[in-house]
Amino acid sequence: MPATIVETSTVPFEKVAIDPVTLDIIENALRNARVEMDATLVRTAMSPGIREQGDSFPLIADRHGRMVVGQFGSFIGGFLDGYGGTVEDGDMFFLSDPYSVEGAISHSNDWLVLLPVYKAGRLIAWTAMFGHQSDIGGKVAGSMPINAHSIFEEGVRIPPVKIWRKGEYNEDLITLVMHQTRKPDWCRADLNALIASCRVAARRVLELSERFGDELYVAATEELLARNHRAMKTLIASSIGTEPVSFEDFICDDGMGFGPYRIRCTMHREGDRVILDFAGTDPQSDASINFYLNENMFKMFFGIYMIMVFDPAILFNDGFYDLIEVRIPEGSLLKPKFPAALSGRTHALGRIFDILGGLLGQRTPEFLNAAGFSSSPHLFYSGVDRTGQWFQLFQIGFGGIPGRPMGDGPDGHSLWPGFTNVPNEFLERYFPLRIERYETVPDSGGAGLHRGGNGIHMTYRFLEPGIVAIHDDRWFVPPWGVNGGAPGARARKILERADGSEAIVGNKLEDLAVEAGDQLHFITWGGGGWGDPLLRDPALVEKEVGEGLVTAAGARAYGVVVGDAAATEALRAEIRAARPATAALFDRGPEIETLRANCLAETGLPAPRQPVWRPERAAA
Amino acid sequence: MAYRLGVDVGGTFTDLLLLDSAGGRFWRHKTPSTPADSATGILTGVAAICDQAGIEPSAIGTLLHGTTVATNAVLEGKGARVGLIVTRGYRQVMQIARSFVPGGLAGWIVWPKPVPMAALQDTVEVDGRIDGQGAEVAALDEASVRAALELLKARGVEAITVSLTNAYLNGDHEARIGALAAEIMPGTPVSLSHVVLPEMQEYERTLTTVANAAVRPVVGRYVRSLRAKLRDTGMQGRIALLRSDGGLMSSEKAEEHPVSLLMSGPAGGVAGALWVGRNAGLKNILTLDVGGTSTDVALIENLEPRRTRTTEVGHLSVRASSLDVKTVGAGGGSIATVPELTGALRVGPQSAGAVPGPAAYGKGGVLPTVTDANVVLGYLPENLLGGAFRLDRAAATAAVQTIADALGIDLMAAARGIIDIVNENMFGALRMISVQQGYDPRDFALMGFGGAGPLHVNAVARLMGSWPAVSPVSPGVLCALGDATTRMRTEAARSFARLARDTSEADLLGALETMAAATVAELVAEGVPEDEVTSLFEIDVRYEGQAFEVPMTITPDVLRADGIAGLLARFDEEHRRLFTFNMASPHEIVNLRAVALGRTLDLPAAPLEPGDGSPAAAKLRNHELWMDGRMQPAAIYDRAKLRAGDVIPGPAIVVEMDSTTLIESGHAGTVDAVGNILIRPEAH
Repeated sequence: MPATIVETSTVPFEKVAIDPVTLDIIENALRNARVEMDATLVRTAMSPGIREQGDSFPLIADRHGRMVVGQFGSFIGGFLDGYGGTVEDGDMFFLSDPYSVEGAISHSNDWLVLLPVYKAGRLIAWTAMFGHQSDIGGKVAGSMPINAHSIFEEGVRIPPVKIWRKGEYNEDLITLVMHQTRKPDWCRADLNALIASCRVAARRVLELSERFGDELYVAATEELLARNHRAMKTLIASSIGTEPVSFEDFICDDGMGFGPYRIRCTMHREGDRVILDFAGTDPQSDASINFYLNENMFKMFFGIYMIMVFDPAILFNDGFYDLIEVRIPEGSLLKPKFPAALSGRTHALGRIFDILGGLLGQRTPEFLNAAGFSSSPHLFYSGVDRTGQWFQLFQIGFGGIPGRPMGDGPDGHSLWPGFTNVPNEFLERYFPLRIERYETVPDSGGAGLHRGGNGIHMTYRFLEPGIVAIHDDRWFVPPWGVNGGAPGARARKILERADGSEAIVGNKLEDLAVEAGDQLHFITWGGGGWGDPLLRDPALVEKEVGEGLVTAAGARAYGVVVGDAAATEALRAEIRAARPATAALFDRGPEIETLRANCLAETGLPAPRQPVWRPERAAA
Repeated sequence: MAYRLGVDVGGTFTDLLLLDSAGGRFWRHKTPSTPADSATGILTGVAAICDQAGIEPSAIGTLLHGTTVATNAVLEGKGARVGLIVTRGYRQVMQIARSFVPGGLAGWIVWPKPVPMAALQDTVEVDGRIDGQGAEVAALDEASVRAALELLKARGVEAITVSLTNAYLNGDHEARIGALAAEIMPGTPVSLSHVVLPEMQEYERTLTTVANAAVRPVVGRYVRSLRAKLRDTGMQGRIALLRSDGGLMSSEKAEEHPVSLLMSGPAGGVAGALWVGRNAGLKNILTLDVGGTSTDVALIENLEPRRTRTTEVGHLSVRASSLDVKTVGAGGGSIATVPELTGALRVGPQSAGAVPGPAAYGKGGVLPTVTDANVVLGYLPENLLGGAFRLDRAAATAAVQTIADALGIDLMAAARGIIDIVNENMFGALRMISVQQGYDPRDFALMGFGGAGPLHVNAVARLMGSWPAVSPVSPGVLCALGDATTRMRTEAARSFARLARDTSEADLLGALETMAAATVAELVAEGVPEDEVTSLFEIDVRYEGQAFEVPMTITPDVLRADGIAGLLARFDEEHRRLFTFNMASPHEIVNLRAVALGRTLDLPAAPLEPGDGSPAAAKLRNHELWMDGRMQPAAIYDRAKLRAGDVIPGPAIVVEMDSTTLIESGHAGTVDAVGNILIRPEAH
């Protein structure tokens, strides 16, 4: 039941010719408008997740809802297909329920605002933006309970509704929604910010169509999409083979003791079209690690990876979508059935990018990156302080960026676009916390000619009793290395009590009670290494030992004995003699069963058990 | 001693402008820059311009100087080797930075991570801790400090930076380390973060302090060498440097706080635009400073340029007040390309630079640039005035033809396409500082300067709706003019971080007045008479919970009269203008700054002899150029022969020593009383 678009003018858009210069001018102007959306949002939002970390995604789409500028691809198609009402001039839409929009947004924390842009009675564009809300109610602070069994435990679900109906604001709706969250002040500010951003972009679109004429503007958006289609068609033909290529990777566990979960994708080309098939992916989880993957969103991920890996000069939009077909089994981890819980989808979302990298680089190892887009580590800390004030923190951490064809992976940096860390002085000023340590973990980046980036070791000292939750992955299945590079180190979390006792705690964990004075060591994974570590310049390895990024013991993985060139020479010869003549393309570390057997000894945590599915799910 | 000399050192040329502040006369001179030691080029220029004016260097009362020495030290990584002392657990603060990777999704695949300004081997930790409210949690362990300093000494660092966690609230530990450093490493300059930048955010504060320490020796050497050389010529006057925020500071102060010089170069142009604006009766101005590789734009409202709290240099964002200058990679040397897969026309950000330069320069460049397109279209006549420099039209044509072929369009359409795209890029930058900040560009004039600004100013003004488009007198040396005509400025800043409702007016005023007293004393110490100093307060306000604050400028008198309530009302108004809404959340007063300013020089421009309205006497020859899709007859004029009141109908080209002004068809340029050309659409 698709949406009904109401236009008071029935005059069709004329096909007009457009010269390449005007086209580039319009594209440029739309890109500027998108930058302006980000700037507006960051400057007015209040939750640290958006204002400090940039967890938000803008887009400007053509009149059919196809993204012309943006980054995650259009979520408008999914909305139009699932919305039963009308779209009219003066309307603005608001939604958060993934099941209402075919997963176009993937958990209820992401609030999406959609603004249809009308001119002279005709729909000429859409502007839209979503941002992650720090709390939308539900069973836990932060609204992302890893142990949820259904989406009803994950806070307020907003189906597509109109905040503005033909120019009239629906105050009651917003009052109702804000009543559901623990942080109405943040949510209100963030929603205002999303709205302001969409309005800014709409104003720019109207100015452009004023300047160039409505017909020309619409023709330009068509041509921009077509231009991208042509470029991607060429790129696909030259880079993707007709022989199927498969790649699989794992989510370590579901936070309920089961894991790992397999995600598998097979790619091949038929004529101009690429088929991406997720057959072989495990069935959905009973916990919240499911990731409702929208097919169009995955097309965009694929397109962007193609572009970044093979030809970064191309600008991306939705124009190439019909060149790609995505098949995702119903009832799988990537297409769970309602009302499966979805809030913990970040691990699978991150893993999708590692899988894309592995798929695309297999036939062209010189373009292959190692693994490290592994998760988006979350920390939640909430409680009531000594003055009776409620406090609540949701923070996103980072790990190591993988080794790349162009060089080392940066240490402790973000793989997510636009994200930044929260200044520790900000945390200490506004939350009952002291950050005792904020550094990277030596040797955690996989050894390689290009070293994987180190993970981060951040130590939180809690100054008030409270409740902590942790969401992280890559603690069980290591991030793989490539072309001879070694896997990165795995994540771990250690609670050091005020009395001096220490305990390893889980990487997916709810409701951990902490006392004032307790310290949490939040340690993330390192990126995989790229290329043969024995080819790395020993002087560089020794320099990094001096920098504390690699230890003297860790240098041996590069065949380097610090301060002794002859011993280095000998050690390298010894390692070379003992290893196979050619390195495997991927180094995943030990097999899953070996990892399981050694899990307790190596990680301090019991091994996850193989998930068991009810028969109707097992066949996905 | 009535002479003021403005000196602007650019990448290619050093511009000088000598002002006789009594008579209002001025002389200008251009001499090649000497990158190895800019002072050499300056001295050559000083000798030449004094000759021209018939004075001795000793007659120069003040030398005012915009310099990119600090900027280049940062961009080229040629700063001093800095040892950094941090709180235990924070050794990698510069390595991790803000964890930000530019370039969007998958941008990490192609991002080259910059090397931190303070090497990790030269970064050491000490024990001792201040908490988030400024209280001492653990005393400073002096043994660890001594060990750290001995280590840095042994490693041979050239400067010390101390940046401890929460030092913006309590600088005691840093001060103690500073004292120990003076004892253990006497003679090594020490920068303390709570002195350089007493503001929250450990990475930004550390980076700013490190940047300051790194450029200090470089700037110090340069300033001392320049001073010595000038003294040798008999010049005994004051030497002042232009700060990033458009004010002047003494060269001695600049040696201590060089991080305030990072935008010194572009600030000169904005200061020059202010002087031109005052003389031309224009109060609201957008500036368009077009160079060879990039264009700088800024906004001036009511003769006050907009400032920001961050200075962007290369990939670094340093916390230091600066004019809000946006830079876009679009200039005369920007290269046009047509990527094979998309078939789109792109211009810049790659630039042919000075070497090999545009094809038209005949120095070996073959790639099509904006300058080549200007030559092909006839906007840049082959034989520039003076005849020293002849453009190679055939080479420009061959280069632009490659674009025409790739796009399947004719030569002229391709050339105009290149110009349209580069103008659009400039337009984009101008929008960021105007429309995006809530300003309507139709309320502003657009002033084009730098080598190529006056070539593009008419077309960009058409896109913006900003009239008149201004080609100022001597656009090629406007930066030097700005250096010569701006005023002294200094400021002090500190964090405040209190809710407005919990703040008494007495507390706020008390804090500000303490800071004001210090800044006034500083200017007086630099020789500004006390009765010429004016004070301003800047108060950063936001809604509690927001990350960005809005700086509110207010005079002490207004703050006393209207109180905090008046300040908040003005903030609400500004927030609505910027972001279209207000909030019910409480207001937070985040940072305080006190600014002390010297007197504005009242230097009128020399009046130009009135003419009869016709530019005929200045006409050099007839010409032909491509505009509006066809070849059109046009005329070329000599700017030196234009008279006040002359009206030049477009299309026309006005040439002078170092710049060319293009007046488009359908527009006319009027020469004002002091020689600026004000271009407007003919219908106006």
